[in-house]
Amino acid sequence: MKNKLLHIKNLSKTYHSKKTEVEAIKDINLDIYDKEFISIVGPSGCGKSTILSILSGLEEKSNGTFSFQKDVTIGYMLQNDSLFFWRNILDNCLIGLEVTGQLTEESKAYVISLLKTYGLGDFMEQYPSSLSGGMRQRVALIRTLALKPDILLLDEPMSALDYQSRLAISDDIYNIIKKEGKTAIMVTHDIAEAISMSDRIVVLSKRPSVVKKIYDIHLTNKSTPIHNRKCKEFSEYYDKIWRDLDVHL
Amino acid sequence: MSTYSLEHKKYIKKLRREKIIVTFFRFLIIVIFLVGWELLAQWKITNTFLSSSPSRVISTTIGLIRDGSLFHHIGITLYEVGISFMIATLIGILVASILWRMPILARILDPYLTILNSLPKVALGPLIIIWVGASMNSIIFMSLLISAFITIINIYNGFLATDQSYITLLRSFHATKWQIFKKVIFPSNYTTIINALKINISMNLIGVIMGELLVSKSGLGYLIMYGSQVFNIDLVITGVVILGIISYLMYFIVDKLEVFVANKRS
Repeated sequence: MKNKLLHIKNLSKTYHSKKTEVEAIKDINLDIYDKEFISIVGPSGCGKSTILSILSGLEEKSNGTFSFQKDVTIGYMLQNDSLFFWRNILDNCLIGLEVTGQLTEESKAYVISLLKTYGLGDFMEQYPSSLSGGMRQRVALIRTLALKPDILLLDEPMSALDYQSRLAISDDIYNIIKKEGKTAIMVTHDIAEAISMSDRIVVLSKRPSVVKKIYDIHLTNKSTPIHNRKCKEFSEYYDKIWRDLDVHL
Repeated sequence: MSTYSLEHKKYIKKLRREKIIVTFFRFLIIVIFLVGWELLAQWKITNTFLSSSPSRVISTTIGLIRDGSLFHHIGITLYEVGISFMIATLIGILVASILWRMPILARILDPYLTILNSLPKVALGPLIIIWVGASMNSIIFMSLLISAFITIINIYNGFLATDQSYITLLRSFHATKWQIFKKVIFPSNYTTIINALKINISMNLIGVIMGELLVSKSGLGYLIMYGSQVFNIDLVITGVVILGIISYLMYFIVDKLEVFVANKRS
């Protein structure tokens, strides 16, 4: 039996403005298991990110429940890296520990070891402006990992990058997450990215978003995201999900 | 140097030539102005009783230095500027922080801040003299009125314009409002604050001189006012020239400070 970390039941969210109210998501049901990589795809503006915002506590839910297994912690990785330009790379990675009062010699040493492991050891004293977009994104991931979360919430983590950096950094991020043994929920609008990285893909409908379909991704010779794009099942999944998204321009 | 290409050398040469031209014409303007002013006075085309002359300004300055009053007046004015600058800065940062912390309060006070900021404060001069008294306090108060509101508004707007994703990031770590202020709002707004202070210092000088013109027994504003009352144009113009030099120096210092802070942070 797989170890269930998160149980989401009938989760709904309605946004209110002066003139209207918009139902963003409706009756979302989803279970997340240990060490899974799940992607959520859906038409743009469908409320994919809303789910992550609610799970991370940034936004209130309107209805439904979600429950984490005991002692499960989450880390949120935002769409842009949001590195503080006035802090060097190491200090940027320590911000979460500072804010949560967990900054000790030990936790600092852990962050430094992460930076060194993932090729940023020489950049710890540098400022974000001197790093490439891909490296900045890696720093953002390490900043999230610093708090040792069990589940990572990734909100379109690569969307601000150019295509080639995207491919490279998705390999990077995937490898780091697998190596650190984390569970991940990633929101993306990129179908190919989702197939290449995920164990399961949740397809959402247009607003109000409901779960339209969930795919278990089985690829022959599955390895890293870039290689996974060459698997023979890749295009089949792509076609199916594309049709599910039902895009009309 | 020999490693540079011919084209690069040409480019450097062009930059140097431009710099020489700029410096040359800067000096030329002031020299023509001073010499012309002096000659017009010497040839009695202008009346030195009304428009003075550079040599008379210099001899007046020397006279003021000899009797020790020049540095006394400069000192008083700078002291008043310094005091009101510090208080205005403190008030500006403090009130802007409070407004940021309490958005509802900011909304309530918004129209009042706008009115107080756009009101020509010199109109309050007579009231200030009656309420605060004909003393240095009036001058500092006047200077504060002129600079404090614009400082508050500039710094507060800077706080509001902070990159929202920085705040979201800290909120994802469940940061308190105070932590968000300390770790994001304040450090990301150093430049805004320095810029506000830059405006602030010239506002303070304006306020102090205005106050001194209205009520004072010393300071450069007093010197100018006294000169006009006894119809000593030499004294008036000397006061204005010294004031010009001082305001340029003050701007220069703040500007250097800004560069210094910027360098330290990158």
